[in-house]
Amino acid sequence: MSEGNASPPVLELRNVSKTYQIKQGMFGERKPLKAVNDVSLSLQRGDVLGLVGESGCGKSTLAKILLGLEAPTSGEVLVDGEPIGAQNRRLLARRIQPIFQDPYSSLNPRKSIRDIISLPLRVHGIGDSASQDKAVREILDVVGLPSRVMNSYPSQMSGGQRQRVAIARALIMKPEVVVCDEPTSALDVSVQSQILNLLGELRREFGLTYLFISHNLAVVEHLATRVAVMYLGRIVEEAPVGALFDEPRHPYTEALLASVLTPEPDLGVPDTHLGATYPNPIEPPTGCHFHPRCARVMERCKGVAPQLTSDGEHSVECHLYGQESGQAVA
Amino acid sequence: MSEPVLSVRNLRLDIPIGAGTLHAVRGIDFDLDRGETLCIVGESGSGKSLTSLAIMDLLGKRIERKADKLVFDGTDLTKAGARKMRALRGDRMAMIFQEPMTSLNPAYTIGDQLMEALLLHRKVGKAEARRRAVELLEKVGITGAERRLSQYPHQLSGGLRQRVMIAMALMCEPELIIADEPTTALDVTIQAQILRLLVDLTREMNVAMILITHDLGVVARVADKVAVMYAGELVEAGTAKKVFDAPMHPYTRGLLRCIPVPGKTERGSELGSIPGIVPSLVGEVSGCVFRTRCEEATEACRGEIPFRESADGRHNFRCVHEAGRRAGVEEPA
Repeated sequence: MSEGNASPPVLELRNVSKTYQIKQGMFGERKPLKAVNDVSLSLQRGDVLGLVGESGCGKSTLAKILLGLEAPTSGEVLVDGEPIGAQNRRLLARRIQPIFQDPYSSLNPRKSIRDIISLPLRVHGIGDSASQDKAVREILDVVGLPSRVMNSYPSQMSGGQRQRVAIARALIMKPEVVVCDEPTSALDVSVQSQILNLLGELRREFGLTYLFISHNLAVVEHLATRVAVMYLGRIVEEAPVGALFDEPRHPYTEALLASVLTPEPDLGVPDTHLGATYPNPIEPPTGCHFHPRCARVMERCKGVAPQLTSDGEHSVECHLYGQESGQAVA
Repeated sequence: MSEPVLSVRNLRLDIPIGAGTLHAVRGIDFDLDRGETLCIVGESGSGKSLTSLAIMDLLGKRIERKADKLVFDGTDLTKAGARKMRALRGDRMAMIFQEPMTSLNPAYTIGDQLMEALLLHRKVGKAEARRRAVELLEKVGITGAERRLSQYPHQLSGGLRQRVMIAMALMCEPELIIADEPTTALDVTIQAQILRLLVDLTREMNVAMILITHDLGVVARVADKVAVMYAGELVEAGTAKKVFDAPMHPYTRGLLRCIPVPGKTERGSELGSIPGIVPSLVGEVSGCVFRTRCEEATEACRGEIPFRESADGRHNFRCVHEAGRRAGVEEPA
């Protein structure tokens, strides 16, 4: 890991929020939905930050903000210490690239693999067609595909091969950060492991930094160096992977970890004690947003939002930890 | 021992396509006792969903179903006509699908859809059907059941919709439930709750269940018996404990090496993988279907592949090698 580094983090989020105005019903009034609520994160070069949480918690909105597909309502995103608001999308795309979940819908079925992978080069006007072809051949080799697939179309390839194409397309611009949004959840088990191994190799070889979004905690534990747990738009716990999995602090993290089904036949299906369903994000619960589902809820949790407490490496937002927070936070 | 509720022998499914015939499922055998849970696990294209649809006779006209034996609760399904099957489905056998949003009708209320099977199959009045619907919604852990009856599917979350599907499957107290990837579209936290519910209810009501999944974690935690399918064949079957603690078929062993296990797999280490792709199943299929991807493959794998059974009959696998490994090759520790 790369803590104590003098250089600025390769990617940093400072108090980023994204609020959507949601209209309920045809004539209903617009209400704010805080999809991302005051999130601060920083990634050092070579980090893999695993981002976990249930659907609707804001993971994908956060990814869109990083990719410049959504502008944050407030707060700043910095790449290598420079705020990206000042850069245009084109510059941002050279530094941050995405890999999406479904390689069936993220590749244009009417374009050849050569066209798909070389598109970023053509958009940015890098090289002529001969040098672009050469770059495509090289990157295909890197992701483990034979160069003859250049003239194939996505429909002629398997799911795993398509995801390799998506990775090749992301890497051809030599980005610093790759945002992987559920990159293996559409794949079969035997293919998933190949893609995970490939992502690990590429990171070591090119010093890539990943934001790795997944609902599969076993996969996150395997690949991530740090993990952030998101609930209703907030990061409720963040820590190095070992600390988070071995000594989780937030009751929500504990429940998430308890729900992982490992292939151990004697254990049965765990009881996660997460009785209530996921709350409506337009009207989040008062106090700590997690309190209606929390197994260790206290009186204070219902009225007072917890403050972030951190011992440098491991931060958590929960009344069970830290000093008396006392004042309510809006 | 009483008769198994479902008995399948040599089930074959053929799909005629332009150039020939795709032998999608080839010779599946299994028995399922009352109250027992069988998990069929396999990757896409292994034929696990087709097998379940074949039991329900929901395959469609293009797929040809053949079986030496296909007996459900005393009824020979190979001879049952469309009318008989309609009477069985939703009554004695019920199905739960992966995506509750697409399998619930968006234009009807939850109550209408819950009561439909009961009104269709039993001589009960609306009031009685309504009472039963409320009872089952409460059983699957839905609060405010009365109010839910008049709601539409879009007003419920994914987890709640899947609970409604389970309640619907149980309305007529079936002998058999087939659940095809019932939790794949759900969050991990909801997945655990839904699986617990399925396990508890099938046990309590003594319903047999076939659960189809690609998730080995789900299988290990839910199954009494496990059947591993690969390219249309059952390559290994046995009690969950035997299959997970001592997997015999090279494919099963390979699959288990592919998944990272928290607390066991070293973080960041290279995961196992199964190189190659599933072979084409068009035309004559002979020998072991897994041999093109198997690290134990020898010349003998092109020939007849015996089904090897353990002494107590509770674990068997299909491989030419006696222990699922080439002679003289030790598994690295």
